[in-house]
Amino acid sequence: MTTAAFWILAVLAVAGGVMVFRFDSMARATFSLLTALLCVGGELIVLGLEYLGIVTVLMMTIEMAIMAVFMIMFMMNPAGLMPMTMVHNKRGAAALCVTAFVLLVAGILLAPWPRRRGRAPADPTTDLGMALMGPQMLTMMTLGMALFATIVATVVLATRRGRYERYGDDLRATRPDDPVRGGVGR
Amino acid sequence: MNLEVFLIVAAALFCVGLFGALTQQSIVMLMMGLELMLGGVILAAGAAWHYIAPATADGQVLVVVAITAMAVEMAIGFAVVTALFRSREVDMTDMAAELRE
Amino acid sequence: MAETAPLWAAVVLPVALVLVAWAAASVDARSAGLGRAVLRLLVQQRRLTRAADVLLVRVGTTLLPVAAVLAAVVLPLGFRSVSDLPDGIVWFNAMEALAWAAVWLTGWGPNSALSLIGGYRFLAQGLAYELPHMLAITTAALGAESLRVGALVDAQAGLWFAVWMPVAFGVYLLSALAMAFWGPFDQPVGTDVAGGAASELAGVDRLLFLGGRWLLFVVAAAFSVPLFLGGGQGPFLPAWAWTVLKTAAVLGLLMWARRRVPTVRMERYVELAWVVLTPLAVAQALVVAVVVLGR
Repeated sequence: MTTAAFWILAVLAVAGGVMVFRFDSMARATFSLLTALLCVGGELIVLGLEYLGIVTVLMMTIEMAIMAVFMIMFMMNPAGLMPMTMVHNKRGAAALCVTAFVLLVAGILLAPWPRRRGRAPADPTTDLGMALMGPQMLTMMTLGMALFATIVATVVLATRRGRYERYGDDLRATRPDDPVRGGVGR
Repeated sequence: MNLEVFLIVAAALFCVGLFGALTQQSIVMLMMGLELMLGGVILAAGAAWHYIAPATADGQVLVVVAITAMAVEMAIGFAVVTALFRSREVDMTDMAAELRE
Repeated sequence: MAETAPLWAAVVLPVALVLVAWAAASVDARSAGLGRAVLRLLVQQRRLTRAADVLLVRVGTTLLPVAAVLAAVVLPLGFRSVSDLPDGIVWFNAMEALAWAAVWLTGWGPNSALSLIGGYRFLAQGLAYELPHMLAITTAALGAESLRVGALVDAQAGLWFAVWMPVAFGVYLLSALAMAFWGPFDQPVGTDVAGGAASELAGVDRLLFLGGRWLLFVVAAAFSVPLFLGGGQGPFLPAWAWTVLKTAAVLGLLMWARRRVPTVRMERYVELAWVVLTPLAVAQALVVAVVVLGR
């Protein structure tokens, strides 16, 4: 059962990954990437990491839905109705990737992997929470800071209008001049 | 199933993603390649947790870090594309490289 | 206290959901002519648009009811659910997020401007409701100190979460409406864009999409019962009867609200959700955390 689930998910994941770069339609490419990443989430569940698997599914679904918007926004040919290729250095990249794959597989097969130590806890989710709030607190804090910095950086990069556009040159305007009015009566 | 099979699948995902990231000209497609590579990393971290050290949570923490890296990469990536496009109408890597001049 | 249900429950679950959705839709339409409308859709031809991405439309319309049924897997009737997953709350949230993909795909597929606008509107609405929504369900999980839905119901044996987490409950009801793009949040399929994401759908596709929306609405409303209203807890009546009663009450409240509240545009709801609801939900989570710490 688990073996079958593993193989189905593995084949779907790799096939989805390959199809991302073969589809002409951006919508199809995005959702084929979503298929691949959902299968990765499924593999995590097969491995017994239910919480992380479900969180991966949740995050990737939302992320790919947002990604589709940007794909359509920035691609010249989002629907793929006029097939065109936008690639460079295909041969060199292919050689590099095949070499990397062969090296990785050789390393995976030849490395003396350590034997399994200990048993999985009854509830890995509790284990993860305790680790993040205990010994791995520093990791968690770094992640939090990184996410916060990302929010700030993203807003700074993506907005065109600052407070001078909104409140006038002397910042005296009582009500901001926004193209779209918000919902709290400003 | 054993550790090696999981890692080979992860390596396949990683290399497909690498191929996409290297060949695609559009920045958005390049980011999809990066996402796929990070997907491979997530799978490898999960497999390492299960087959090497399930008693400690380090593997799980690695998965969390990889998921966060994905989110950060996507947010910053789209913000940069938006900023680039807004200022120079550029959405391809080769054109962005010419901006140095 | 949570018991496992027999295997046939997995087959009964979609049927039961369809029945509840049917009843809710009949009450909402205030007529019994629903069967005729469904039959008409079943025999109607599918509409074909030029250069449509048929595969994506099919995936989108099918995914919506499938996501609703999958989310309902953790929904307990009384104290039994089809599968009381250890991470049931996260599961519900992940399955409900599949609706994002479903609606956008349905909007994109037919190669029509109005339906694509509908799809984009749902993404904007999703960004608005998801943040306070996640905080609200996290607050409920925090109160029970578990992600298991069964544990949540057990934790409400004394006091319902709705009583001491009123903000989270209110936010959850709002997002239940928004996630099913129903009632005041029906802009993604609004009449001002000729039906939005559903504008090019006909026949079976339309039935699946609009029926899936009703299923999602029913599941989202019904999930508020184990989350905040004590699930099957209650005196005198058996547990399943309490679940049905409470679900009917929540559905009735939401359907009443639809007739009283005008449509909310998503750009307005985004600001309301991020500037007002999110801080409120965070404050609610803080209060609950302090109570749980002091317990």
